[in-house]
Amino acid sequence: MDLGFIAQYFVNGLVQGITYALVAVGFTLFFGVLDVIKFSHGDVLMLGAFTALALFLGLDQLASPAWLSLIIMLCIGILAMGLLGALLCKFLVLPLKESPPLNTLLITLMFGSVIRESVRLFFPNGSNPKPFPALLPEASINWGNLNLRLDSVILISTGALAIVVTHLIIQKTRIGLAIRAVAQDEETARLMGIDFKKTVLATFALGSGLAALSGISTGLYYQEINFSMGLMLGVIGFSAAVVGGLGSIYGAIVGGLLFAFLQTLGAIWFSVPAYKDVFAFAVIIILMAWRPTGLLADRSAERV
Amino acid sequence: MSELKTKLVLLLGVALSVVVLYGFLYLEREWEIGVLLVMVPLGVYFLKRANALTYYQHAAREMPRFTWISFALGVVVLIMLLRHEDFALLMLTTVLLYATVSLGLTIQFGFAGVVNFAAIAFFGIGAYSMAILNQHFLHIPDLLIIFFSGAISALLGALLILPILRTRGHYAALITIAFGILFRTFLEVNDVLGGPQGLRVSGLEIFGWDFGNSFPNELGGGSFYVAYAIVALVLLATVYLITRLIEASWLGLNMDSVRLDEVASASFGINGPRWKITAFMLGNCFAGFAGAVYAAMYGFIAPASFNLSDSLLLVSIVLLGGIGNPVAVIPAAFLIVVLPEKFQVIQEYRLLLFGIVVILILRFRPSGLMPRGLRQYFAGRFG
Repeated sequence: MDLGFIAQYFVNGLVQGITYALVAVGFTLFFGVLDVIKFSHGDVLMLGAFTALALFLGLDQLASPAWLSLIIMLCIGILAMGLLGALLCKFLVLPLKESPPLNTLLITLMFGSVIRESVRLFFPNGSNPKPFPALLPEASINWGNLNLRLDSVILISTGALAIVVTHLIIQKTRIGLAIRAVAQDEETARLMGIDFKKTVLATFALGSGLAALSGISTGLYYQEINFSMGLMLGVIGFSAAVVGGLGSIYGAIVGGLLFAFLQTLGAIWFSVPAYKDVFAFAVIIILMAWRPTGLLADRSAERV
Repeated sequence: MSELKTKLVLLLGVALSVVVLYGFLYLEREWEIGVLLVMVPLGVYFLKRANALTYYQHAAREMPRFTWISFALGVVVLIMLLRHEDFALLMLTTVLLYATVSLGLTIQFGFAGVVNFAAIAFFGIGAYSMAILNQHFLHIPDLLIIFFSGAISALLGALLILPILRTRGHYAALITIAFGILFRTFLEVNDVLGGPQGLRVSGLEIFGWDFGNSFPNELGGGSFYVAYAIVALVLLATVYLITRLIEASWLGLNMDSVRLDEVASASFGINGPRWKITAFMLGNCFAGFAGAVYAAMYGFIAPASFNLSDSLLLVSIVLLGGIGNPVAVIPAAFLIVVLPEKFQVIQEYRLLLFGIVVILILRFRPSGLMPRGLRQYFAGRFG
């Protein structure tokens, strides 16, 4: 196979991988502070993309320049989803803190389908795929078989930047310190005067904001969004976070890139490209059997 | 209570339930169903006020076999009452089949604590096995094919045993979710199994009785769904009996202890993995049986009927009823299958409303409509 083809697959896989990693980082954050899986994550991502689309349609009427629209879409989309994430946490997740984990999983799954159905029913013509505006520059460079689109480069670097910023927030700021403390030991953190509820809400806002970002970048990349896009992206992000090891940001990045790599590999190997998901999920199941707590998370000993 | 009185109370309960169920299935106008929907909770409330419910529960506890048999006969009466109503019978059969799968989930979730978010995949494996076996092995009796479909479902589920045993909690949930998606995608891209267009399934033929024909006139005549409804009822009754026997015996006790604390029960010499495997395979086997009957009844199956959201629907049935209570899945399955069909106005909004209802239940009554009671060590024997 020609080197250009390989590079092309690599770049496409990297765009995918960064999107998955952004979703997976959210899962990992929520699991870190509260040991819960917020399964509506994928649908929050979708709603972020739809919010951005609605904003664009509004701004288009006001004839605002593309770059300004994009910045407004990103800011408001991320803020709105962050707020939604915090509200979800406050009213649905925290009250169920003492009940079995299955209940939390199910309530967030159901919240996800409420979001999905609401978009399908109440967004104008929401059950059809919607064209997403191409707001990024469309220039591209050709090297042999490699067609490097400028928007891919921008999306990869934005995603990477967002992950780095999240990492810095968690490692360097006061709220990050609180998040790490709560993740390590909730009771001790409370005793040290950390506002538990505020910390958890902030974490959910942060994770949901990242989901909005990945939703908008998916829209920008494929130039099409639909109401059910969140389901698959959510499951893939969850797989990525679990394979990497829940609770570890590096694990989420590794898992996201790994999943995209597996899909790309599956698409190259099998003549029917649809087998790529079958292949990727089968490998994920095998990996889980091999390393039950993920690739990077440390094994915890069980105590009676 | 004297024996006769107990029996009368039980029969009265069955008769009331049959009347209510008949109303729900037979009535078609929305306002009629609406009135019924208001009446039933009111009725339950007054029965509760009059201590009739506790009275009934005591009676049922005293004579479990009588309760079980009278309910099964009650459903037979219901089927006979509805024998000319195709759609009502179709719904009733679907309820019975979904309740069968939910009993499998009850053994998995409720007894042994094994999560399974791929119930519909095992249901689908049963359905596809039925389609293929029935097409290629004409001389095998259909009853055996239903049995084999369940067995195939359990065997394919065995692929997941190792990953499920090694992981726990959310990690195990992911494995079953991944399996469900993998199964559906596989069906869609695989040409041998019909791809996205699906497969045709020939109907059942048991003891020389071709189910494709309408119900024999000597027995009163009626829709050909009557036969499927009866098969589904027999299946549910059998599976229910097995579930209750497991629950009442040391098998259920072992499963309960594994669910509550695997490490502690291991230190008492209980082999945790063995019980998890048993529960997982048995539950998938039930799903496979139900899938086989479903496929034969609809005569056509396609990957689109086996979505993740259908697995969630089944989990919601178990949760709505009350995790671990085998009786509870039956009314829960009824509510979740029949209500959306009856309210055509809300048809478009039903997934939305369904989501909101489940959220409200989880938020305000997380133990379900009929929570599992405490284990009774010295109760009347079952079976």
